[in-house]
Amino acid sequence: MSPGSLAIVGAGIHPFGRNEGVSGLQMGVAAARAALADAGISWADVQFAVGGSDSAGKPDTMVSRLGLTGLPFTNVINGCATGGASLVTARAAIAAGQHEIGLVVGFDKHPRGAFDPRPEDWGLGAWYGDLGLMVTTQYFGIKIQRYMHDHAITSASLARVAAKAFRNGERNPAAWRRKPLTDEEILASPMVADPLTQYMFCSPSAGAVALVVCRPELAARFPAPPVYVRAVSMRSRRFGSFEVFSPSMPVTRGPSPSQEAAQAAYAEAGIGPGEFDVVQVQDTEAGAELMHLAECGLCEHGAQEELMRTGATELGGAMPVNTDGGCIASGEPIGASGLRQVHETVLQLRGQAGDRQVDGARTGFTHVYGAPGVSACAVLSR
Amino acid sequence: MPGPEGTAAATAARRPAAWDLPPVAANLFTTADGTPRLIGSACRACGTLAFPQQQSCPRCCGEDVTAALLPPEGTLWSWTVQRFAPKSPPYAGGEAGFSPFAVGYVALPGGIAVQGRLTGTDAPGGYRIGMAMRLVLEPFLRQDGTTVAGYAFAPAPGDSDQPAGRGQVAGDGPAAGPDDGSVAS
Repeated sequence: MSPGSLAIVGAGIHPFGRNEGVSGLQMGVAAARAALADAGISWADVQFAVGGSDSAGKPDTMVSRLGLTGLPFTNVINGCATGGASLVTARAAIAAGQHEIGLVVGFDKHPRGAFDPRPEDWGLGAWYGDLGLMVTTQYFGIKIQRYMHDHAITSASLARVAAKAFRNGERNPAAWRRKPLTDEEILASPMVADPLTQYMFCSPSAGAVALVVCRPELAARFPAPPVYVRAVSMRSRRFGSFEVFSPSMPVTRGPSPSQEAAQAAYAEAGIGPGEFDVVQVQDTEAGAELMHLAECGLCEHGAQEELMRTGATELGGAMPVNTDGGCIASGEPIGASGLRQVHETVLQLRGQAGDRQVDGARTGFTHVYGAPGVSACAVLSR
Repeated sequence: MPGPEGTAAATAARRPAAWDLPPVAANLFTTADGTPRLIGSACRACGTLAFPQQQSCPRCCGEDVTAALLPPEGTLWSWTVQRFAPKSPPYAGGEAGFSPFAVGYVALPGGIAVQGRLTGTDAPGGYRIGMAMRLVLEPFLRQDGTTVAGYAFAPAPGDSDQPAGRGQVAGDGPAAGPDDGSVAS
């Protein structure tokens, strides 16, 4: 395994949920303070920052709360892959030798209900929104419907993914949906975008995560056990990838950005599928978790049915997936979700994940995916 | 609103009213040759089709592209049902009187699949991957009270095999959005 080019030495989270009365920026500041305290440093020690938010304001404005130290603060916005892109940005700054210690932060806060993006922001004509096609949930329903047809995946497996998420969320104090639901309750909840029901979907929510990162050689200076970023990667879509907000697409499928980002991360890290003790993948809805596992090469296409039937992705299984409850239990604050996955992996690799700890976890993988076809992956280890 | 069917003569005699409505957008579709056709673009270098018409090729990025009428019939690649009223804006239809509608991609000859509303079945869940579909125009009532023509795909007349989809589980009444009736936490 490569030595890695980045260490995570501080981690902080503001609990995810509706969080009425607290702004996204306030959550970001709270997470940043928690990460700084965890690393045992002050804001004045931070040489650069990277922040992401889609809908809750400009991250660099948090310097007015944390301190006007004059540091360079880069704002990142890449849809639901924002957190992954932020980590990629921070790694580049440290690997290039520009800085030694930085803060990566992501936060967001969204109104209730489905997202309401504007066609004009996505290069589309107003007609696309007029006719009711500008809806992310449609994409996920259409994609998993085809996937189930091609690979003999059943709705029972979709329900098992969501039930696992709520069970794991029950064990995570920072999660939002912490009440376990049975497979039957999930299947019987109202249909949102066939074949996906209400409880198979994540909901837009609020929350924040921050990480203190540094050059690996400095990691021993900090009090917490370091977690090393062995690889990070990011890819946008190629011709032939089926993505949200696409009025048309080629019939012949090409590689997905998730597939390519994962392969790049494995190549850089020198470890890959079969070698991860804990895995986090984008679970915008239950089908996305199943499809992303295969796109990332963590299982064969169609093998998910057996994985779910045997509990392989549960806590205690051979490959625990979305151990903190994922997006389904945490909701989706766009700017924070990618870093939530990394935060959870840091806790697992430190042995600080409490009731959901994967015994002896040494290696982890994270995958985040966002519109209009962006994926970022990371390989982490003790 | 039934789609155009039968011979050209019969079509002319039963010209659907939607054809005479103002289109939801210019340069999206045409009925100039007596049948609805989507207006896409074709790359002169690599032949790749795109919809709607765009100024460069999504595959080779070449800028030598030309308008192309897409084939009006194909097969259903995949589909879902929009069970809740999308937020307005951007949705022009509004929440009042909303009925769930199906959406899908239809694979057309020439290697392109086009997204659109699906219509022409008794229930919005009555679709099947692989079924033959054809382009139709249908009236679309905007919440500002105006009616425009939108495009949709309906089962082609030859495709009589229309099993009821599982989409009827939730019924056709007002459906909850993904965040209504939260899971108690």
